[in-house]
Amino acid sequence: MDELLKIKGLQKQYGNQVVLKDINLTVEKGEVVVVIGPSGCGKSTFLRCLNGLEEIQKGVVLVDGLPVESKKKEITKMRQKVGMVFQSYELFPHKTVLENIILAPMKVQKKKRDEATREAMELLERVGLTEKKDFYPRQLSGGQKQRVAIVRALCMHPEILLFDEVTAALDPEMVHEVLETMIALAKAGSTMVIVTHEMAFARAIADRIIFIDRGEIIEESRNPKEFFEHPKTERAKKFLKTFAYE
Amino acid sequence: MMNSQITELLLTGIGETFYMVVVSTVIAYLLGIPLGVVLYITDTNGICRNRIVNLITGFIINVVRSIPFLILLVAILPFTRAIVGTTIGSTATIVPLVVAAAPFVARMVESSLKEVDLGVIEAAKVFGSSTWQIITKVLLPEAKPSLLVGGTIAFATILGYSAMAGFVGGGGLGAIAVNYGYYRYQSDVMLITVALLIIIVQVFQEAGIRLVNKIDKRIR
Repeated sequence: MDELLKIKGLQKQYGNQVVLKDINLTVEKGEVVVVIGPSGCGKSTFLRCLNGLEEIQKGVVLVDGLPVESKKKEITKMRQKVGMVFQSYELFPHKTVLENIILAPMKVQKKKRDEATREAMELLERVGLTEKKDFYPRQLSGGQKQRVAIVRALCMHPEILLFDEVTAALDPEMVHEVLETMIALAKAGSTMVIVTHEMAFARAIADRIIFIDRGEIIEESRNPKEFFEHPKTERAKKFLKTFAYE
Repeated sequence: MMNSQITELLLTGIGETFYMVVVSTVIAYLLGIPLGVVLYITDTNGICRNRIVNLITGFIINVVRSIPFLILLVAILPFTRAIVGTTIGSTATIVPLVVAAAPFVARMVESSLKEVDLGVIEAAKVFGSSTWQIITKVLLPEAKPSLLVGGTIAFATILGYSAMAGFVGGGGLGAIAVNYGYYRYQSDVMLITVALLIIIVQVFQEAGIRLVNKIDKRIR
């Protein structure tokens, strides 16, 4: 299998405080890796290290064998390979849905406007939002905004997609439509690293589960069903218990 | 007839005031926008952090802003003469107006840019945008409504400065108010001049706010 993303000995500190310690992970092409863990365990920070939004103090992050280094000039090229979708969408408020999507393909990747538009419209159709193309973000629901944000990331043709708690800011009834979109992407063979609190979703979509606690990978499983029913470590057991109600 | 003379005088005054204030505002923005961007991007949370550049730029701006306008006006007379060849009249007034307004505009621009959501800038970063692309395609467009509000404030401030310049040989409505109202005790002329200044400020403020409401896509 092709190794798309390789993380070796990653350490992240804020001053003296270590937030991520000796993280090692390899993600293969087409794989869906779901990262779970308690709030503040470092999972979002981990995701942000993968595209150089956070500087790392030790170790390397390799995408396609090339290092992601936040200070280097090549970082803009590396970032085009790694798409990201945020918890609070981060759509450009003064641009329409279509403008939001085609901005980066046109300005960063220098695509022609009609080419970028055609592609954007195809992707919008897939998520059922073609008729919203001339709307501004504030005119959309949270779920619609998040689907637009996913399309915006897809339009750059990244090799890996990062999802940072993309349903955490959504009303419960909106969560479903966003998760459906992601499951469709996973089925289409996208490589994804997902940070989420939706355990049922994690179980459904994951090829692999990574459980992080206090900045360390505590448990890793290629069998999500097994992990959720019979976690091996005490800490994972304790964490999963917080989601069960008796 | 006295009245038509006064009317003619006031019309010329309005023309001169517009000329001074509009040209000064435009030049002040040509200088102020880059300065404001520098202040913003080199700041602690900026996309191009640089403490030294930030401190030096900020210090120079603060120094110029601290000097009272009338004193600045007189202090830079040699500079004004070097640039436009004279120290009297409307064109000569543009020089001190720009010097006084550009740092003020820079601070206004900086504060407008700070209103742009950091997450949106992060999103632009994530797509592999260069610093220049982030500034020109995301930062400035997203700050546009706020920049325009700043523009109307800057316009009114520069208008006020331009009137002060009337004391030291500047042109425009300010000079008329000083020469006729203050030195010749023609308070009617002074009152009309002041009323005209108020109308100009009102019109620009109103037009600016309407434009902002039209282009601001964040609110209804």
